[in-house]
Amino acid sequence: MHAFFGLIRHDLRLAARQGGDIGLVLGFFVLAVMLFPFGVGPEPELLRRIAAGIIWVAALLAAVLSLDRLFAADHADGGLDLIALSAMPLELAVLARGAAHWLTTGLPLVVVSPLLALFLDLDSAALPALVLGLLLGTPAMSLIGAIAAALSLGARRPGVLMTLLVLPLYLPPLIFGTGAVEASLSAEGARAHLLLLAALMLAALPLAPFAAAAALRQALD
Amino acid sequence: MSPFAEAADLVGENLACRRGERLVFRGFDCRLPAGGALVLTGPNGSGKSSLLRLLATLLTPAAGRLLWNGAPVAQDPAGYRGAIHYVGHLDGVKPALTPREMLGFWAALQGARRPAFDAAFAAFGLDRVADWPCRWLSAGQRKRLALARLVAAPAPVWLLDEPGAALDTDGEARLEMAISAHRAAGGSVAVATHQPIPLPGATTLAIDAFAAPPGDPLTV
Repeated sequence: MHAFFGLIRHDLRLAARQGGDIGLVLGFFVLAVMLFPFGVGPEPELLRRIAAGIIWVAALLAAVLSLDRLFAADHADGGLDLIALSAMPLELAVLARGAAHWLTTGLPLVVVSPLLALFLDLDSAALPALVLGLLLGTPAMSLIGAIAAALSLGARRPGVLMTLLVLPLYLPPLIFGTGAVEASLSAEGARAHLLLLAALMLAALPLAPFAAAAALRQALD
Repeated sequence: MSPFAEAADLVGENLACRRGERLVFRGFDCRLPAGGALVLTGPNGSGKSSLLRLLATLLTPAAGRLLWNGAPVAQDPAGYRGAIHYVGHLDGVKPALTPREMLGFWAALQGARRPAFDAAFAAFGLDRVADWPCRWLSAGQRKRLALARLVAAPAPVWLLDEPGAALDTDGEARLEMAISAHRAAGGSVAVATHQPIPLPGATTLAIDAFAAPPGDPLTV
């Protein structure tokens, strides 16, 4: 466990020292959302209706943008060898890295999302469903992203390959996340969608580290 | 006498290594007893680095096996990994962090709770730069930092790939001192190198003697 928390602490320290990484992801998220009123026209009715979709898609793309941070740098500079040789299983190391990635990208996205929701005039009754949905969906996105990031190591255009691999896998959180916001405004309630998002996260929590660790071993061999 | 928890005896049996379609070497046997030293020589591309990565379990051998204290490494890879240090060409040093932070991180990865920072920095002459950002370090200083983790968190087996590269004469002397202290304490070391390195009583193996002849079938 000492190695596990050591890796998280290292990643957080690195992210804090290179603050640009978090800023870049957040900047992308905010700018991508701000483009929509210009693209579709500033009609509050329309924006209110598509606000949840805009925020979720922008968050998803911002997450993809940050995935190359997961393993690429360590693969290039030899740090991955040392992680593979550490006292913890590689699966646990992937989990630690995923946790650090979520803390430095997913969590900031969740924190900023209510502001963007207000900006798009989303009904404030839907805010809890949006934030809760993102809170459950972004960890799953970090974990699933770890698989794609590990698989694309050593590819000639890793960024493009990673995006192609990961976007289809992000469909379920997107569907249930936007569904939760929609449902929270109807009599149905967001509960079912949020439970499905939680299930997604709980499934990714043990499965993704195994898949990503297997891909990392391939990349090291 | 030995500070290490268990006897350190590493044996490689009939090892073969394949990179892509090419069989790099085959039929390689080696033994690294406690206090022992192994020097691997051979021209570029003969498989020195591959052999060290294989000994570090970073590569899977195409044939043969590793024995750690008589038991196959494949049975308890985690236990074996805890007993080795691997220092390769790439140092994994992050420009934004300080040598102290890097060393603390590496030691934590090894599970060491109280890394011997002072001893490690003193052994490789890094005291002055210990709290600078690593981006200010020269190539030689980065190499020294990578080697300092050998001292910061002790492990019985050292696998060093061209440890002398980028080091000045002072750095080489410090490395030799660290290795002889390590061996005196019952540790062992395997070094792949081009530069002659004075290791008393070391076994020297020329790895090109185990090269597979061209056209050798891929089956080993």
